[in-house]
Amino acid sequence: MARPTSSMIRNYADDLRLFPTATKRVGIVALIALYLILPYVINDTWASVLSLAGVVAIGAIGLNLLTGYTGQPSLGHAAFIGLGAFVAGYYGGGRFADGIGYDFNLFVYMLIAVIAGAAVGVLIGLPALRLRGNYLVIVTLGLVFVALYVWKKWTTFTGGNEGSAMPTKANLNLGFWSIDFMKPTVFGKELGSKQGLMYLAWGLVFVTALLVKNIVRTRPGRALQAVRDRDVAAEVVGVSLFRYKVSAFAISSAIAALAGVLYGLYVGYLTPDESSLGLVLSIQFLAVIVVGGIGTIYGSILGAIVIGALPTVIKEFVPDNWNLPILGWPIVTSDASATGFSKGALSTVIYALLIIIFLVFEPRGLAGIWRRIQAYFRTWPFSY
Amino acid sequence: MTKFFSLLADGLALGAVYALVALGFVVIFRATGVINFAQGGLVIFGAFLVYQAQNTWGWFGGGSTWPGFISSALFAIVCVAAIGAAFESLVLRRMIGQPIFAIILITIGLFLLVEPITTTIWHNPPGGIQTPWGTQTVSVGDVNILQVNIATVVLGALVMGGFFLLFQYTKVGVGMRATAVDQEAALAQGISVRRIFALSWAIAGAVAVVAGMMLAGGAGPAPGLSVSLGLIALRAFPAIILGGLDSPGGAVVGGLIIGVAEVMAKGYIPDLIPALGAEFGDIVPYLIMLLILLIRPFGLFGTPEVRRV
Repeated sequence: MARPTSSMIRNYADDLRLFPTATKRVGIVALIALYLILPYVINDTWASVLSLAGVVAIGAIGLNLLTGYTGQPSLGHAAFIGLGAFVAGYYGGGRFADGIGYDFNLFVYMLIAVIAGAAVGVLIGLPALRLRGNYLVIVTLGLVFVALYVWKKWTTFTGGNEGSAMPTKANLNLGFWSIDFMKPTVFGKELGSKQGLMYLAWGLVFVTALLVKNIVRTRPGRALQAVRDRDVAAEVVGVSLFRYKVSAFAISSAIAALAGVLYGLYVGYLTPDESSLGLVLSIQFLAVIVVGGIGTIYGSILGAIVIGALPTVIKEFVPDNWNLPILGWPIVTSDASATGFSKGALSTVIYALLIIIFLVFEPRGLAGIWRRIQAYFRTWPFSY
Repeated sequence: MTKFFSLLADGLALGAVYALVALGFVVIFRATGVINFAQGGLVIFGAFLVYQAQNTWGWFGGGSTWPGFISSALFAIVCVAAIGAAFESLVLRRMIGQPIFAIILITIGLFLLVEPITTTIWHNPPGGIQTPWGTQTVSVGDVNILQVNIATVVLGALVMGGFFLLFQYTKVGVGMRATAVDQEAALAQGISVRRIFALSWAIAGAVAVVAGMMLAGGAGPAPGLSVSLGLIALRAFPAIILGGLDSPGGAVVGGLIIGVAEVMAKGYIPDLIPALGAEFGDIVPYLIMLLILLIRPFGLFGTPEVRRV
């Protein structure tokens, strides 16, 4: 029998399809083409924006698995980002010139970061088994401060208050083909480090998105969502809370550590303090999944592009001294003693407002808006 | 022993501040079931408003005189209480019935807003809040105790005492306790739950101002006005976990324990275990909290939540 319509789900296999419609298949091919071409043609500023967005997207997908799908709110993401970044600095040759650490290639130090992230994630996940909601948020809040203290004190690993240089190269050697993502040569043209990071970060966005999508659309994913919706009921129907909560923490932390490695490559030098790896970084990741849509993977990616691009968009397009039109209120000022936000403060204000506005008016985030647009056109010209 | 007692005095003063901040958390949590991450923001905002009235406007000769100190404190209390109540009724009321996580995130968003706004308005003012008691010390035996520490503990005790009287003996207080126990039953008894919600936020705001004033005043635990007051206020979270999220008495005991532990760690750890350093004191509250959560997840005085899995 012919399929009545490609979007109709008739059996489990249909439901599991990653790219169920022709539009989606065309879309993914277009995105892959864009991924290959864009870093080649883009200028440095936007390459910087988009590579950061890719890094944030990876971390956000990990956080979404934990918070969006398993319902375990975490403010501790900054700790794992820091872990990944310092692993990169120590094992990737960032401080090798000073005789500290190792000089492994990209694949090795990413693997170390992922394993370390998963191990610490399990350590955090175990006490978190007994906690829910409010309590968990506070414990993970504590984790951020404890981690900052550890980074400051563990000088051999992180460089302490001096900070740690990050790897200047990201070699991947597959034997038949090798590439340095910090200085890639593509079609005979040598690209900058940010363009190279775009390839690396968005490639890994694809990998992690696929991984997490595969987790959430199959049996473990349904177990995680059962834990989120009602943990007692989940346990009653045979979902092991122990197993799924701890694995959610482990996977999410491992992905965060992976994002941390890329974050390290992106910033080039990392000093552990309140402004670089503090609470605000964790909140930014939460802002990404809220703005994008809690419990959707493409939402995390959309949110990461919006939030990741925000500081640069403000820096590039908002004038140094800008008053609100009509009302004349000073919004942006470059004068530290005048009334008005600095550009950095303005992006914090916008994050905060985005969190509040989205949660109050659009709890499903950008993904929800997108779904509504899709639904509108699917039944067009009818309104239902 | 001298060192021990002077550290104890410092610790009790810091603990009194934590207890006040924690009391704010507990008031809101009992009434609405929400943990208010913005409490630290209210602390910052309160401290800066006191500064505004004292220094910029110079009421009654500034904060070093009693009338100036009290009037600017009252001004800040009224303002911050109004801000708290307004935030509850304009934003959070729309969120009733949404997942707790979403509501917590909104208060985190509010917390995030406070720092850039205060920096924009006040920049980084030199000096802190002026207080009538200055920086002299009082000698008890051979222990020197800062007057400001005594003032902090006394003021803290007064506010907490007033709080318990309000809770225990006034109609509003009974209404708040009733709402905490069962919202629907409270509604059926003619208690306006909405008003109680807004009032809880207003009270939390008022308590936060007192805490902020004591933190930033004179030679207090963290002299000087800066947005890092908010981070100090976050350390009151361990206090409520220790005491139990829904127990005002627990908040006070937890605050004092955490304050003393933090100051003791800062005083003794650098000598005993130099490798850990004085910053270890900053994370002691969180470590105590983790320990407590592993042993008694509902705190020393909290109500255990019954669930069996």
